[in-house]
Amino acid sequence: MIETAKSAGLAACTTCARVWPHDQARCDRCGSPIVDRDRRGLQPVWAWWFAGLLCYIPANIYPMLRTKTLLAYQENTIIGGAVELVAHGSYGVAAIILIASVLIPVIKFLSIAYLALNIRDRRRMSQHSRHQLYEVVEFVGRWSMVDVFVVAILSSLIQLQDVASINPGPAAMTFALSVIFTMLSAQSFDPRLIWDSEDQA
Amino acid sequence: MGAWVGLNEVTAEGIANKDLIACRQCDALYRDIEPDDEHRAICSRCSATLYAPREGSFLQVFAFALTVLVLIVAALWFPFISISKAGLHHTSSIFDVVLSFSTTEMIPLTLAVAAMILLLPALRVLLTLYVLGPLLADKAPLPHAALAFRISERLRPWAMAEIFVLGVAVALVKIHALAHVSPGPAFWMFIALALIATMQDRAACSLTIWKALENK
Ligand SMILES: [Zn+2]
Repeated sequence: MIETAKSAGLAACTTCARVWPHDQARCDRCGSPIVDRDRRGLQPVWAWWFAGLLCYIPANIYPMLRTKTLLAYQENTIIGGAVELVAHGSYGVAAIILIASVLIPVIKFLSIAYLALNIRDRRRMSQHSRHQLYEVVEFVGRWSMVDVFVVAILSSLIQLQDVASINPGPAAMTFALSVIFTMLSAQSFDPRLIWDSEDQA
Repeated sequence: MGAWVGLNEVTAEGIANKDLIACRQCDALYRDIEPDDEHRAICSRCSATLYAPREGSFLQVFAFALTVLVLIVAALWFPFISISKAGLHHTSSIFDVVLSFSTTEMIPLTLAVAAMILLLPALRVLLTLYVLGPLLADKAPLPHAALAFRISERLRPWAMAEIFVLGVAVALVKIHALAHVSPGPAFWMFIALALIATMQDRAACSLTIWKALENK
């Protein structure tokens, strides 16, 4: 069995990796608070997770973009915008938007929930694979923000009086919030919990 | 980069706390031995990187950070993208992009976008310069250097210059059908700064910096 800071009766700083007596509240080297992962548990993970989901639903219902041209006024949701790109033959860009705004968020919600629900379960997925899943989720989650930036750029550029103008819709706000909340959810998940189950087995 | 070195497992018994480190990802305990510049120390349980020191990396990170700062400041004053259609022209600066959500109910989003593409990347490089400057000059760290480095590390996922660049690319393809687009100097500066900021993060080994801050 591998010796861990916990099994040695110590508490580790997750910012600078120094170890301290288990009851120390703050790291003397970097000043970070030292959090007892068992006491904090998964509650913050779930709280941010639900907040993120709550924002993700309106983000898909309400329009992301409002386009006005001489001939037409049009509102596009996230998926509607991607469908239109496909209709114009811009498959690559449609794929980027669908991956960043639909696939990544959905996979992220499912993965975090799976990891949090199966913290002690080693039969279906090894610690290693679960840790890798966590790292992927943490790494790709922020890329979902790309659609919000696209809306910002389009809205600032396409302001050609009556000929064409683009403005952001309410979904831009709720989508950005959803990405921020799920990032916080992933950040408050402590990957050491995955490995603790090995020590207890 | 040479071969990977996993540190040996230890029993904490008889070793002072200051000579130990724990993997930040999985809590495995190791003797705190910084490998030489040719090697990386990898956690033998979860394969997270513990140490990845490199010859001259402080100077490199400092130089990258300085370049990013200059590019951010410069990018603010040049045209970012111009479009034209049916005799009408419109030029946006980075400021205009940030302010595009500026109706009252969208103010929080304006602030968030400003933070993610400009303020946080700028703050992170300023903090990096503040922390590494004295270390490079072989002097004692400036006051609150540990706090500065901690904030810079904590803000890392929220500085999104490289994601913004992808957004620009997507937006340009979308506009292409609608109007004639020409990128300005700030556009190229932003691509360069996103690239250099990524290189800066890759060159910096956080445990090496923590150790240097502690020992100076
Ligand atoms: Zn610490």
